[in-house]
Amino acid sequence: MEYFLQQLINGVTLGSIYGLIAIGYTMVYGIIGMINFAHGDIFMVGAFISLILIVTLGVTASMPLALLILALIAILIVSMALTSVWGWTVERIAYRPLRGSFRLAPLITAIGASIVLQNFVQISQGARNKPLQPLIPGGFTLSEGAGESGFIVQLSYSQILIIVVTTVLMIGFTTLINKTSLGRAQRSCEQDRKMASLLGINVDRTISLTFVMGASLASVAGLMFLIYYGVIDFYIGFLAGVKAFTAAVLGGIGSLPGAMLGGLLIGLIETFWSGYFSVEYKDVAAFSILAIVLIFMPEGLLGKPEVEKV
Amino acid sequence: MSSWTNNPILTIEHLTMRFGGLVAIGDLSFNVGRGDITALIGPNGAGKTTVFNCVTGFYKPTEGRIVMHRSNKEKFLLERMPDFKISAKAKVARTFQNIRLFGGMTLLENLMVAQHNPLMLASGFTIGGIFGVASFHKAEKEAVDRARFWLDRIGLLERADAPAADLPYGDQRRLEIARAMCSGPELLCLDEPAAGLNPKESGELNSLLQYIRAEQGTSILLIEHDMSVVMEISDHVVVLDYGEKISDGTPEEVKNDPKVIAAYLGVPDEEVDLVEQEVGL
Amino acid sequence: MSAQSESRFVSAVKDSAAGGLIALALFSLMLGMKAEVASGMGGQLGIEYRWGAVAIAVGVVFFGRLILNLFVWKAETPVTGIAAGLMPKASSFSGLGKFAMPVFLVLAVVLPFLLMSYYGASGSRRYLDLAILVTTYVMLGWGLNIVVGLAGLLDLGYVAFYAVGAYSYALLAHYFGLSFWICLPLAGILAALWGIMLGFPVLRLRGDYLAIVTLAFGEIIRVVLLNWYDFTGGPDGISGIPRPSFFGLEFERGEDGFAAFFGLDYSSVHRIIFLYYLILALALVTNFVTMRLRKLPVGRAWEALREDEIACRSLGINTTNTKLTAFALGAMFGGFAGSFFATRQGFISPESFTFMESAVILAIVVLGGLGSQIGVVIAAVVMIGGFELIREFAEYRMLVFGLLMVGIMVWKPRGLISTRTPSISLSGKAKGISADLVQEGHG
Repeated sequence: MEYFLQQLINGVTLGSIYGLIAIGYTMVYGIIGMINFAHGDIFMVGAFISLILIVTLGVTASMPLALLILALIAILIVSMALTSVWGWTVERIAYRPLRGSFRLAPLITAIGASIVLQNFVQISQGARNKPLQPLIPGGFTLSEGAGESGFIVQLSYSQILIIVVTTVLMIGFTTLINKTSLGRAQRSCEQDRKMASLLGINVDRTISLTFVMGASLASVAGLMFLIYYGVIDFYIGFLAGVKAFTAAVLGGIGSLPGAMLGGLLIGLIETFWSGYFSVEYKDVAAFSILAIVLIFMPEGLLGKPEVEKV
Repeated sequence: MSSWTNNPILTIEHLTMRFGGLVAIGDLSFNVGRGDITALIGPNGAGKTTVFNCVTGFYKPTEGRIVMHRSNKEKFLLERMPDFKISAKAKVARTFQNIRLFGGMTLLENLMVAQHNPLMLASGFTIGGIFGVASFHKAEKEAVDRARFWLDRIGLLERADAPAADLPYGDQRRLEIARAMCSGPELLCLDEPAAGLNPKESGELNSLLQYIRAEQGTSILLIEHDMSVVMEISDHVVVLDYGEKISDGTPEEVKNDPKVIAAYLGVPDEEVDLVEQEVGL
Repeated sequence: MSAQSESRFVSAVKDSAAGGLIALALFSLMLGMKAEVASGMGGQLGIEYRWGAVAIAVGVVFFGRLILNLFVWKAETPVTGIAAGLMPKASSFSGLGKFAMPVFLVLAVVLPFLLMSYYGASGSRRYLDLAILVTTYVMLGWGLNIVVGLAGLLDLGYVAFYAVGAYSYALLAHYFGLSFWICLPLAGILAALWGIMLGFPVLRLRGDYLAIVTLAFGEIIRVVLLNWYDFTGGPDGISGIPRPSFFGLEFERGEDGFAAFFGLDYSSVHRIIFLYYLILALALVTNFVTMRLRKLPVGRAWEALREDEIACRSLGINTTNTKLTAFALGAMFGGFAGSFFATRQGFISPESFTFMESAVILAIVVLGGLGSQIGVVIAAVVMIGGFELIREFAEYRMLVFGLLMVGIMVWKPRGLISTRTPSISLSGKAKGISADLVQEGHG
């Protein structure tokens, strides 16, 4: 039981991170119908920007708590802004010129952009992984190992931070999409881009903003990943990206709550699989889920079914 | 007795198609006579294309039976067959409301693809074809000849090697019919073949359809809005409205049916009641 | 006129300044500061500043944009317009395939002798190795072209079949001591079976979903190879894979060797040349079969499937089987290439079969022009050959590779050779079909 509880906590934490990345996939897929392959690498860039900021500002766990929180918020904002510029640039250079063209072309440029980002970071930041001293050590001990297993269940402060930040962002973000004119513009572009532009919506700007929002959420995920795991390298984007995409598909691509739900499920599946079966095959578990969902339920959990028109 | 009651090629019995709560077709029964040109007409949204999609296997009907009686006395229950088998085995071919040609392939290639199954057999499921066996060359030559014949028939022989997407709209419609004919059907289902055609093209279409019926012995089931086409060439007209049959008979009978007039032109409510009383609804 | 040109200049500068600012935002942290574990800091991260690099990057963006703005984008007579006039018209490329194929073929056949006479036996080794590598990618590209180019099925996990082929040979040789020539067809058949097994459940998926599931399968196979230590050796891979023999003659020094049999002086280059001809032959078989299939009903059905799947079904084509044959055949050629790779390297490990390989092969197919056999050759020579030659900048290789992928696609979204040749002609002089009319498939 204690073991189960611990896995649950870990799974939800990991799932939150996946969910944040998945939103970027789901929004971009919803609006322009392409898999933004470079999104995982945008997440990685976001993590690096956070890392550099943390090291530059000398943020450590020994700071006074208030100052630490203030510094982290500042880092979060700057990192969101800078990562957004990366997301915007990728869209501007690699995708926008190909809008309305051949469907495979943006997929290839997306893979190309992913290669460029990975290798750029490898060159500029070095290939070695970057360990960071834990920023937020400690946590609550939920169970002192009283059970027969003697297992200690811990909920660390960093896990609380991740779950809280994700929840707040999700609520804010859903409101943004559902209530504002920007959200309306996005939804109209999803439905019919040509008609939207005829009705005076700046389609290019709306799409750019979608990438910017996706990238800023990915950068939050990057910072959370950094805080949680304490180590990053230039290659974290690929696997996290594929899993987040899996999450987006699992939840029903195009659906925001779906992305979050999918993220949580993938996080839980992965953690439980590692906890109960084998760590080596956790990726196989995630990928198999993806295949199974797509084969038997292509619209995902919360997506709308696609009707074949004859 | 009319051919559709004593010698039907296709019998549709109690066909019902529901999409969720929406009843697109409700308990529809009618026959298509062998050697006839049968027209399925009705206002927009009456469920005509849905009937086609059920007949050709693109939709699985919720209820009902669709039986194809081939000339060799074989019977096929179409509602149980996957779409490609309906074309291959039951010999029902179709065209589409929004033309579906292989745009990047030439006219000739389009017609060759339609003869896929016999050619596949002749090529020994590709293995014989790779080694270039003589029987395959012979079959291929015959297929090209059939394609040439149809291209000539629709007046597009000159453009045999041009991509299909380059053709003007009316030619594309005729090519789609020729392509369907190349699959050797006994029943040809045409979804609005005259849509978007000018009067001259419409006339050419009529003669093409009459040729197909008379010379090829293929029965035709068509959906059409253009009444000049329907009244001129069809032997049998079935009228749908809101997924139900409201009239069934010769063009002359249908033309004078008050329910059809009501459905098409609309009448004051009292008159509908009156008509409904007359026909006993 | 002058006022107009001045305002044009001003707007160009403004635009370039904006570009420079964005570059500053992009590069200030990611390029200007490097977080590195500094020596003597007890494993702590420190920052290494490189403002010079940022200045250069921002400068390049600013001036690059300024020049482009002034002379290309906002100029009255863009320089590119003049350059385009000097370039041959796209239509004149349509005949390229006709004479380019024989030229490439002759060049490919005599290549080892050209290299030998120019660089000598030992000096030519490096170039022969490169030629083998390029030809392997040509073969893989041709194999994938069946799936993506002809049938329009987007496969992002093609490397899985390459891996299946390589491991089939390695394991069959390791456990049963079978020779290369027996394993080669077996590897192809096994890969094709895997193709059918993986393909069957997923082929009804459309578009990007198919792409992502194939990617997932590719990764699953790699992870299994990585972790099934007892059987595959895990990350250590399999070494000591037997080399192929020339009809039973080993490439060895001594009485029974290939050199002695033919009365030649022993040279290690013989084996390399043999491997080169082996992969060339395999690639040519792939090409021959593909060209042949295009003219057969099955090939035409693939292309029809790419154009319109619903119409295919209405014409009695079993689309599932048709897709499966494309998938299986592509997988088979991938399997052949894989077992060649195993015998050439003598050592394989899961590291050689990452997603990046799939991406590179797909890039070759798409950059060359979907469905174009000659396009694959050109793309493979440029992307693989070109990069191996600038080994000195190995660090920047993949970066440039990625940039080229983006650049070529933006420049020519349909690939380098994009016209489609009809598979049959009535008049005997059918013209190439412009890519704008050709569909790319939904699967």
